[in-house]
Amino acid sequence: MKFDPFVIPFNIGLFFILIYAVVRSIIWFRALSRPDKLRLQRGFFGRPFGQSLKEIFLESLIHRKIFKTNFLLGYMHMSLAFGWFLLILFGTIEADIFGDSHLNPPYKAIFFKYFNPVHGMTGIEAAYSFLMDLILAFILSGLLLAVIKRFYSRVVGMRKTTKLKTLDRIALTSLWMIFPSRLLAESFTSGAYGSGSFLTGSLGSSLASFLPAIEMAYPFWWLYSISLGTFFILLPLTRYMHIPTELFLIFARNSGIRTGDQPGAFMEMQIYSCSSCGICIDACQLNFSAGITNIQSAYLMKGLRNAEDVRDIASNCLMCGRCDIKCPVGIELTPVRMIARRSGDSEAGSKNGIWKKYFPERHPVAPEKQSHEPAYGWLPEAKVPKADVLYYAGCMTHLTPAVKNAMVKILDASGVNYDFIDRDGGVCCGRPLMLAGQDREARELINYNSQLIWKSGATTLVTSCPICYKVFRESYYLNVEVLHHTQFIRRLILKGSIRLSFLRKKVSYHTPSELGRRSGIYDDPKLVLMHVARFQKTGFDDENSLCCGGSLGNTRISHDQKNKIALDAVHELTKADPDILATACPLCKKTFAGVSDTPVADIAEIVAEALSLPVPPAGRKGKKILKHRETANID
Amino acid sequence: MEGFGFSVLKERHINYDANDKSIAEYIAEREPSFRTCIECGCCSATCTTGAFTNFSLRELQILLKRGENEIAREQISKCMLCGKCILVCPRGVNTRNVILLAREAFRKLMKNEV
Amino acid sequence: MHKADKKRVVVIGGGAAGLEAAGQLARAGCIVTLLEKESETGGHVKNWYHLFPDIRNSDEVLKYLVRQADHGNITVRTGVTAGSLEKNGKSVIVKTSRGERIISDAVVLATGFDLFDSRRKEEYGYDIYHNVISSADLEVMFREGSVKRHDGEIPQRIGFVHCVGSRDSKVNNLYCSKLCCVTAVKQAMEIKKHIENARVYCFYMDMRMGGALYEELYKESQESYGIVYIRGKVSEVSDNIDSRLIVKVEDTLAGRPLRMELDMLVLMAGMEMSESGMRLAESSDLQTAENRFFAPADHHFGSNRSNMDGVFYAGTCTAPMNITDTISHARAVVADVTDYFRNINA
Ligand code: SF4
Ligand code: SF4
Ligand code: SF4
Ligand code: SF4
Ligand code: SF4
Repeated sequence: MKFDPFVIPFNIGLFFILIYAVVRSIIWFRALSRPDKLRLQRGFFGRPFGQSLKEIFLESLIHRKIFKTNFLLGYMHMSLAFGWFLLILFGTIEADIFGDSHLNPPYKAIFFKYFNPVHGMTGIEAAYSFLMDLILAFILSGLLLAVIKRFYSRVVGMRKTTKLKTLDRIALTSLWMIFPSRLLAESFTSGAYGSGSFLTGSLGSSLASFLPAIEMAYPFWWLYSISLGTFFILLPLTRYMHIPTELFLIFARNSGIRTGDQPGAFMEMQIYSCSSCGICIDACQLNFSAGITNIQSAYLMKGLRNAEDVRDIASNCLMCGRCDIKCPVGIELTPVRMIARRSGDSEAGSKNGIWKKYFPERHPVAPEKQSHEPAYGWLPEAKVPKADVLYYAGCMTHLTPAVKNAMVKILDASGVNYDFIDRDGGVCCGRPLMLAGQDREARELINYNSQLIWKSGATTLVTSCPICYKVFRESYYLNVEVLHHTQFIRRLILKGSIRLSFLRKKVSYHTPSELGRRSGIYDDPKLVLMHVARFQKTGFDDENSLCCGGSLGNTRISHDQKNKIALDAVHELTKADPDILATACPLCKKTFAGVSDTPVADIAEIVAEALSLPVPPAGRKGKKILKHRETANID
Repeated sequence: MEGFGFSVLKERHINYDANDKSIAEYIAEREPSFRTCIECGCCSATCTTGAFTNFSLRELQILLKRGENEIAREQISKCMLCGKCILVCPRGVNTRNVILLAREAFRKLMKNEV
Repeated sequence: MHKADKKRVVVIGGGAAGLEAAGQLARAGCIVTLLEKESETGGHVKNWYHLFPDIRNSDEVLKYLVRQADHGNITVRTGVTAGSLEKNGKSVIVKTSRGERIISDAVVLATGFDLFDSRRKEEYGYDIYHNVISSADLEVMFREGSVKRHDGEIPQRIGFVHCVGSRDSKVNNLYCSKLCCVTAVKQAMEIKKHIENARVYCFYMDMRMGGALYEELYKESQESYGIVYIRGKVSEVSDNIDSRLIVKVEDTLAGRPLRMELDMLVLMAGMEMSESGMRLAESSDLQTAENRFFAPADHHFGSNRSNMDGVFYAGTCTAPMNITDTISHARAVVADVTDYFRNINA
């Protein structure tokens, strides 16, 4: 059996990282809740397994999602990950076929050239060696991009590249050295023996023409081995931990495990899966409109990994979810951020001891200490509305009376039996408290409103505010169907309960984050608009929509910063020169109206305008009245 | 007649020099817009909590600035963080953050849950 | 002395400042072209009924102004908008909306102000509730001699909201419009003259009574007219079933929230840099201040001069001011213009 002492660093590193991966996986597995453990077990032996393999191939190796966002960045990630994978795969096969024994220790494949210096001169061997050179060239091209990106981030299309800490820097350097040292080691060896293909062969022979090739080769083989070993040993302390973690994460996610609202193993896996690719930084309006450049999800993940006090970072975010959608690793960034927001006052992170660094304490955030006094003992005895349809305008809608009035007009015209929950202002839905991380307090408000809704005997709850909509749907236990007013209006149109004329106006639609990305309602508002006006696209539609800037999710940014975001957003959304900039959220409306030259209106207002125009032909009017009676008779 | 009646009456002045204004300072340092309030009362007019209780965000802020912390401490947990106040404030005071910071300050500086 | 003789001056804007400036320049010997974008001159003054502090009829002032501009040296051209200004050696070329190029030796900008569009404060319900009107609407009612609700009823309870669109960072106007406080006082008194039993309330943040005889007017409104002043900024307005308006405000002096039912609400709309002024600023690189009004070359001794040689300002295009100050400012521009002619000829 061939051996040389230079393979020792590589071997130490490799065994270390393998053992570490197993131990860490066990720790994570044990930290999962019981149901999650079951999920993972079922997932591992079921259909999700194949799904996961496919995803690992597409995302961890090919990096398809990064490709979609940014071609060069995708190429860079792919050439490193996929290229390395190919190099190991084909290297192992090479060592297996052409080496003198089968089932070799891993280092035989990695350092194949050293042990088989004259391999690859003719025939099939030469072709194989050409392939190996090609893969190496592929990796090196990606590496070149990575180096360029670090120094001139603009070239790769990134506005900003993530900042590094010392250990990351050492790991990065060792990572960068791996392939150049392999190139030189192989080239010198090839040069000495006249082997090697187009890359190592030609570089080798030209180097050998003026340098002592054999003597030069040996130190580079050492360097190659040391770089690999160092990289593996440092890996768990650096962001490169994302490479093994992501594999685990993909399995866990495909098995149906989700972040939920508690810190835990899954959250930790996600934190370690972040590759610091920086795509979330580019997606963030706080970054490109408001000039706030230190709170993006990449930094949150880093802060959490390093057990820093991240509450300032966590709070300074619009919760718009743009980064969630864009993150190529698919980390549930907003739920993770919510958990970080709920954390208590900072207690110094566990940062001492190298051991602690390899095995940090499991919960990266401390739960908030809670007092037990009820905060909202003052809530008034409420008058219970009795109706089929309850309308909850929402706090913000009371400051946009045009929206409220439009809804009253539509509700009146539809003939449904409805009542307000909050005609003269009501108790908040609770979501703003939740967004500030105060779930317990929010519960009190939720209970209060729930009681009203239960007692009302209603079947449908309609709200104008997407913030309320989301919390009604997700955090209330209700016996009614919850609809946003755009959904409700669409139904009225489909049922023929309201008849609308067509307005000759061009309308661009701003998808509110809370209604779109956060609640998944994209089509209803658009369909309603298409029904009453000339709908036009904005380039920031659906999942790619912008945040208006007024989000209650952010408790930190100033009025000026909000305005900057709003101004930029309005500028983008009105590029097609619409007559009206439509939205479906009172807060978006108010935020935009402050800065927009184009009139801003809620969809409800546009529908109410279409309602007021006299259009129904005489013949059908009777039918319409009949419809009203029908609905009226139901109650 | 010296001291007549004063022994039973509580001093009514705001003792500006002696009062502890550390809570207000804590807030202002982190949320400078706190300083720009002009006491217009718009926030307290729109506030649902204020309609039912004697909670007034305007008053609470001025009391903290004068170092009269007790009332603020009693009242501040009543806010629902609904954000109506932030929408109407003519000075762009980041009212929700003021409230969160005040709660935090009471917790940290006065070692007291609000 | 007659350096200004036969010099060509274009005055842009035919409101109080423009008319006065044109008149004074003509008397100094200039050949003046007055451009007015609307079909007649007079600006905002012609929409007003009575003027504070002496409650004189604004027609008297208007008549004076029109007479001022009625001079052989002045050509008044209405329906013409100035598009941009351009320096050409010593002269300034005014490009108009009709595609003309008027060559002049100096230009006086008197582009005035626009009233704040109250619809931008949606929570006050202008254009949503029928009986929420603006101070300008009320003035029209005064002129027409009848103050009525939308349904024809005589309002008995009327509120005035101060600072609508002024002192409000939510509409990007941090500045005070200076006149609306005293206008509210004047209008409140006039309401009482129209409707004897009316109850009138003013919701204010500060009573800014800085002009001559303003404070006296304020006191008279309390003493003789019984106007009630409530310190607090109105947060929102809603209506009830019989279309009365419900106003939410905090009575900050009593320290309690206050709700009030009213028959009519008047919004004291503030003053903003005019749109035409803004367009000129953009097209001609004229400097504007943070409040978007034209920034004068010097706050103390150059309030009529711009950053462009040969271009001058008169009146409310530089800051909110009342008619008295506007006319003084317009007169002062003549000194700067003639000075300028003296210097370029020297
Ligand atoms: S959070 Fe996602 S998008 Fe952001 S840096 Fe990490 S992996 Fe990239
Ligand atoms: S949720 Fe929105 S504001 Fe927050 S970090 Fe992500 S992109 Fe930025
Ligand atoms: S956030 Fe608090 S203070 Fe502001 S309006 Fe809501 S309840 Fe009132
Ligand atoms: S609305 Fe703003 S300025 Fe007015 S009292 Fe409240 S915080 Fe102060
Ligand atoms: S003059 Fe009075 S009403 Fe007008 S902006 Fe100033 S303070 Fe407000």
